[in-house]
Amino acid sequence: MPRVGLFIPCYVDQFYPEVGLATYRILRRLGAEVEFPEDQTCCGQPMYNSGCAEDARPLAERFLRVFAGYDHVVAPSGSCVSMVRLHFRDLLGDRADLRDVAARTYELCEYLVDVAGIRHVDGEFQGKVGLHRSCHGLRELRLGRSSERMDPPLDKAGRLLSQMRGLELVALERPDECCGFGGTFAVNEEAVSCLMGKDRIADHEKAGAEVIAGYDMSCLMHLDGLLRRERKPIRVMHVAQILEKASLAP
Amino acid sequence: MKASHAERAAAFASDVPHARWHDTALWFVRVKRDRAAASVPEWERLRDTASGIKAHTLSRLADYLEEFEANARKNGIQVHWARDGAEHNRIVGEILERRGVKLVAKSKSMLTEECGLNPYLEARGIEVVDTDLGERIVQLAGEPPSHIVMPAIHRKKEEIGELFHEKLGTPAGLSDPKTLTEAARQHLRRKFLGAQAGLTGVNFAIAETGGIVVVTNEGNADMGTSLPPLHVASMGVEKVIPRARDLGVFLRVLARSATGQPVSTYTTHFHGPIRGGEMHVVVVDNGRSDILARENFRRSLSCIRCGACLNTCPVYRRSGGYSYSYLIPGPIGSVLGAQRDARAHGSLPFASSLCGSCSDVCPVKIDLHHELLALREDIAARGILPFGKRVAMRFGSFVLRHPALYRAAGRAARFVLRAFPSAARLGPGGAWARQRELPAAPPRSFRDLFRAASREERP
Amino acid sequence: MSSRETVLSALRRASARAVPRPEDPEPTRFDDPVSHFLEMVKAVGGAASRVRDMAALDAELASLPAWAQAKKAVSLVPGAGRSSLDLASVADPHELEGLDTAVIAGEVAVAENGAVWVPGRNLGPHRAVFVIAEHLVLVVPAVAVVSSMQEAYARIEIERPGYGLFISGPSKTADIEQALVVGAHGARSCTVFVVG
Repeated sequence: MPRVGLFIPCYVDQFYPEVGLATYRILRRLGAEVEFPEDQTCCGQPMYNSGCAEDARPLAERFLRVFAGYDHVVAPSGSCVSMVRLHFRDLLGDRADLRDVAARTYELCEYLVDVAGIRHVDGEFQGKVGLHRSCHGLRELRLGRSSERMDPPLDKAGRLLSQMRGLELVALERPDECCGFGGTFAVNEEAVSCLMGKDRIADHEKAGAEVIAGYDMSCLMHLDGLLRRERKPIRVMHVAQILEKASLAP
Repeated sequence: MKASHAERAAAFASDVPHARWHDTALWFVRVKRDRAAASVPEWERLRDTASGIKAHTLSRLADYLEEFEANARKNGIQVHWARDGAEHNRIVGEILERRGVKLVAKSKSMLTEECGLNPYLEARGIEVVDTDLGERIVQLAGEPPSHIVMPAIHRKKEEIGELFHEKLGTPAGLSDPKTLTEAARQHLRRKFLGAQAGLTGVNFAIAETGGIVVVTNEGNADMGTSLPPLHVASMGVEKVIPRARDLGVFLRVLARSATGQPVSTYTTHFHGPIRGGEMHVVVVDNGRSDILARENFRRSLSCIRCGACLNTCPVYRRSGGYSYSYLIPGPIGSVLGAQRDARAHGSLPFASSLCGSCSDVCPVKIDLHHELLALREDIAARGILPFGKRVAMRFGSFVLRHPALYRAAGRAARFVLRAFPSAARLGPGGAWARQRELPAAPPRSFRDLFRAASREERP
Repeated sequence: MSSRETVLSALRRASARAVPRPEDPEPTRFDDPVSHFLEMVKAVGGAASRVRDMAALDAELASLPAWAQAKKAVSLVPGAGRSSLDLASVADPHELEGLDTAVIAGEVAVAENGAVWVPGRNLGPHRAVFVIAEHLVLVVPAVAVVSSMQEAYARIEIERPGYGLFISGPSKTADIEQALVVGAHGARSCTVFVVG
């Protein structure tokens, strides 16, 4: 039974605890021994993305210490995992402990498909769902084919969701345009950020989506903020919440 | 520092219908690019190869430039070297003045924009006519190009009709692109016929053969250089490529990336002047050797100026070329501008959500979004970050290094959100809450719930 | 130090270790490059057809409005029409203003993009002939049609010193609200005949 360290991003911990719980339950149901090391706080991405490497470095070091020794580290976030796998090296250089932990750190959907080998999803979810393919997960972790590249088809999150009975994945006009969250970008370039988010929502509306689903709660938090200000009926959900009650098998 | 991108972009984006029109126009070009790329089964391998040829060339740039110079001289081309923009302008000015040139037909060259050639020559009594239609439009309007391939993309046809009426004397109220283009054809034909020199940029300089390649759809570079007996071409040091056969790769990705066409109309290989004429090439550094020296950023010199990164950038599409303080906007402009002058263009690496779309469309695989990220670190290291931001990050890092503090801060933030929602709109909360609701604040965090749940589960 | 030395030494100081040149990918080859070429010329705004031989070409040319209705026309292709303007008598390329049509021989044609390679020696005394003419006719042998630009560069010979260019369709622009308009500065039409 693999020993899995559950990595819950700070904003999920504080604002979307149900997403953390859903992730935990999915991993437990796979038969993993799941621990939540309480000492964890943050991967340091907000600092790193602001150019403040000095402030990010100690957080990266902490992460490696907190998550040392697990067979796998899993997080319901493409952007945090891309920070660990792609950018810790920029901060700390090439180190054995880094290589060790980073190589074992996964976003939830890729963990299910690539590590747990899940091919069959047996569950029910009634509704039209627009999948928001968050940028870091898509273009850094390659959770799916990006529309810019001419690669063979790939869509790890989509293939899991589309098997849910009653769930209809709607076709978007711009399947992977950025929602405009971008971390501090959401606040520093508020006007463009919100216009981007509104355009994403309009695309989902036009496609008939009732739910906008994604593997990054940060993007969904931004879209949800826009939706609720406009009092639109569309809900946002993390893929973990949709898959939570399904049975998953190789 | 010039007005930041964020300020100018907010102004552009506040005219929502206009911003959406601009966004739709540029998205259309991205879609055409996708179709063109999809039609080439070996597309990704071509990108890898184009990227590799550029990386190889950059690692031996001086050698290839010397080879180019030697072979160009054998073709009767005179080669000049300029350390910076000012020297470039002096060289070009001298060549033109020596031959008494009063009117120059110029085809598109971002390098000449960078050097400020037009105002330099005009101050010396030489009229410079930009002959690319988009360039001529912005020249008549007295504004800079807003896109490196489609300089007038920000202008509606009715506006161009008014502009031509005012400057070219065409009838008022014209807006049909065909009629306007015909008017421009006639007007510019007179300029071509009257010009005493043709100025061009250089898309590629071939070391092996000692020639330059200039690519256009309109034929303006060809018209401008085949009538008068003097051709002056300006090139950045990074434009050289090793062999003619390398063009077989670059030309398969250039136009497809730029406009979605399989190739541009005219791909002209200049290996000497016209009969009885003179041809000059001015090779310019102007800060490129500094970029080459920086391992994290030297790949930005691979750029073949296709503009695909602009078209795909969701931020550029919704903020327009004039929101960028550097003469080249969009992702590549932000990368080059922030390197050229971190203080003047320090807001540009932050004019990005780091979505990575630019890196995935770049035909030479410049890792644009990672270069933007690295430039942010550069800017922070130079102490150019706004004070508030530095403090927030320093404080945030401190809190996050101490789990008890982090937990307390989280509890406090959620409490404030629940109890005093209007207070939560202060500071960054205010910018967030202008058009968005703040997230709902649950009474218990994940770790609170998990602790409770695990206590139930474990005996 | 001269500017040349300054620039070159700055570049040498800046370059790190050598990076090897990659292998070129194998380009797509079409089963029927000529058919694909004819389609692509149309796709880029030109007209194209295949004729059996030079006699057939001559006949086609006679009925092509761009040629038949031309008042001032040159043919630089022996056996294809007769020039109404003697290029040898034109001392200054500016005098070519008003040229209606030019018929020019290409050496290689590229199926993937409808482009034709025209070396400088095929343009006669004045390069301007292909861009100043209102209408352009290009003639290429069918055996010279290749699939891709990579193949084309393996075949073409670049004149040194000299000139040469690929022409793909008529002059065009989309600079006004992206509306495609044919005939920006160069030829308003481009007709390609593939012979053989």
